Amino acid sequence: MVALTDEDKAMRDGRDGDAVAAAMDLLIRYADALGAEEFCDTRNVAGTNTQPSPAKARLVREGGWARAFSVLSLDSDTTVDVPRMKVPTCQLQHGFGDDALGIMPYPEENIRLQADAESFYSAKGVNILATCTPYQAGNVPAYGEHIAWMESSAVVYANSVLGARTNCEGGASTGSASLTGRIPCWGNHHTENRYGTHHIEATVPIDSFHEWGMLGYFTGDAVQEARPVITGSLHPAGLADLKHFGAAAATSGGVEMYHIPGRTPDAPTLQAAFGTTPPPPPLRYGPEERRAVHEQLNSLGTSTDVDFVLLGCPHASLDQIGRIAHLLEDRTLSPHTELWIMTPLALRTVADRNGWTATIERAGGRLLTDSCPAMSRTAPAGTRVFATDSAKQAHYLPAILGIEAWYGTTEECVDAALTGRWTGHLTPPADTP
Amino acid sequence: MTPTPHPPRLVIHGRGIVPGRVHGQALVSPATISGWGGIDAATGTITERRHPLSGVCFTGKILVFPGAKGSSGWAGHFQATRLHHTAPLAMVITNLTTKAALGALLTRVPTLTEPTHDPLAHITTGDWLTLDADTGTLTIHPRHTGS
Repeated sequence: MVALTDEDKAMRDGRDGDAVAAAMDLLIRYADALGAEEFCDTRNVAGTNTQPSPAKARLVREGGWARAFSVLSLDSDTTVDVPRMKVPTCQLQHGFGDDALGIMPYPEENIRLQADAESFYSAKGVNILATCTPYQAGNVPAYGEHIAWMESSAVVYANSVLGARTNCEGGASTGSASLTGRIPCWGNHHTENRYGTHHIEATVPIDSFHEWGMLGYFTGDAVQEARPVITGSLHPAGLADLKHFGAAAATSGGVEMYHIPGRTPDAPTLQAAFGTTPPPPPLRYGPEERRAVHEQLNSLGTSTDVDFVLLGCPHASLDQIGRIAHLLEDRTLSPHTELWIMTPLALRTVADRNGWTATIERAGGRLLTDSCPAMSRTAPAGTRVFATDSAKQAHYLPAILGIEAWYGTTEECVDAALTGRWTGHLTPPADTP
Repeated sequence: MTPTPHPPRLVIHGRGIVPGRVHGQALVSPATISGWGGIDAATGTITERRHPLSGVCFTGKILVFPGAKGSSGWAGHFQATRLHHTAPLAMVITNLTTKAALGALLTRVPTLTEPTHDPLAHITTGDWLTLDADTGTLTIHPRHTGS
């Protein structure tokens, strides 16, 4: 049984009201199911309350947002009043908002339901970041901070790149954490569970956003839920590269934590990444493995007539948007192809200011916020074939929408948007420096 | 809950994480299951195209599977099967993670984990099982008996 502090018991017993009591009750059941021995304090929660769903719409009709929150976020059959969030809490990506109206077959009632949810939850203290990358929009946890996040690509980034500590939480555990400031101290919260378990060595140069995505997809498939340590011919990686790598590894496997010795904060050296255990023999990622990943991600593409190009999964960084805008300067998209770039609203504001949004829109593309085609299960009407520079989106979208997929570089995708044709192909690995 | 007159084929012990006792038929998934992008909660069906149980309905079955994979929306999607009345009858989970633990709680069905024997090696789809999560026992009945 999980150990409870006097404060935990007081919350469970109703001192702070029925909602907090229900939250503590769920957290205790959750901690016991995991076999956690104690809770840790958290002051950083990233969850989801505003994403529309059929079940949520029905609960809201029955008893308003208090009913939806009680059932979905607190697992409570009794409807309780929702108090103000006790600790800083942000909303992750959700459905499309107003900017989707008239440009995609996304239900207008979902947009209305979500707008209503935003008003309700922001009044309760929820920060509506509306992105899968809260670390790009004002929520950057400190090194070593215990946090309670959901969204697999954000969890792996927070653990690995920032050195914060979180498990892959869900809607109810984050909902309960936001009212109590507590989360089971289990799994990734413990130092001994953060050391590497597998060693991956890249023998081809990992020198671009595209190469980092393919290495991530290979890594997740190779280690599943374990903790890989990556070495080899790695060029310096920026935010967008590591965002893509982690999202891909969390898609093909369930990677929540990785190390790159000398680059990520928990691994100053290869040995440090493995703690006191000697590093195991490396699994090799060479030209054949690279080609196999390329073929797997392109296995669902047959027609080279591309209707739709999707960039910005996870949500695009400012660097990515700037680069795409540059590629679109004085160009015009094919009349048969739509181009969507997904980014947080906070970054779109900067893109507007820099003139990038205008450049993208002049070419015929759209810079959209809050969501993505996979999350909202929507694409431009009539889409049959799409192209993307995201390994995660290439993995999920064909299953979700029943369409064909091409995976390539950002430049190949922009070219497909301009010509309506897919001409992407795997170039030989660059020479090792 | 009819007790079988025949001795059990095997009794597996484990740790019950959601209480309750049920008797029912196994649905064995050799592969981990995705919630978001992997099941349709409205119909209680596995929808992931590459999954060995693609198109199979788990409603009312004792779902025996190695663990949860994919998006952190896992628990929310299994919670939705409860709300849509399409949930499995019970769960046996080999490898417990945060997604699977929270998902089992929110599905509110008897659930066993940390099994003493690999359930995937000893249970076949269609086998009759009695799962008692209160005592942490999973009884596998002989194949020639009915319910």
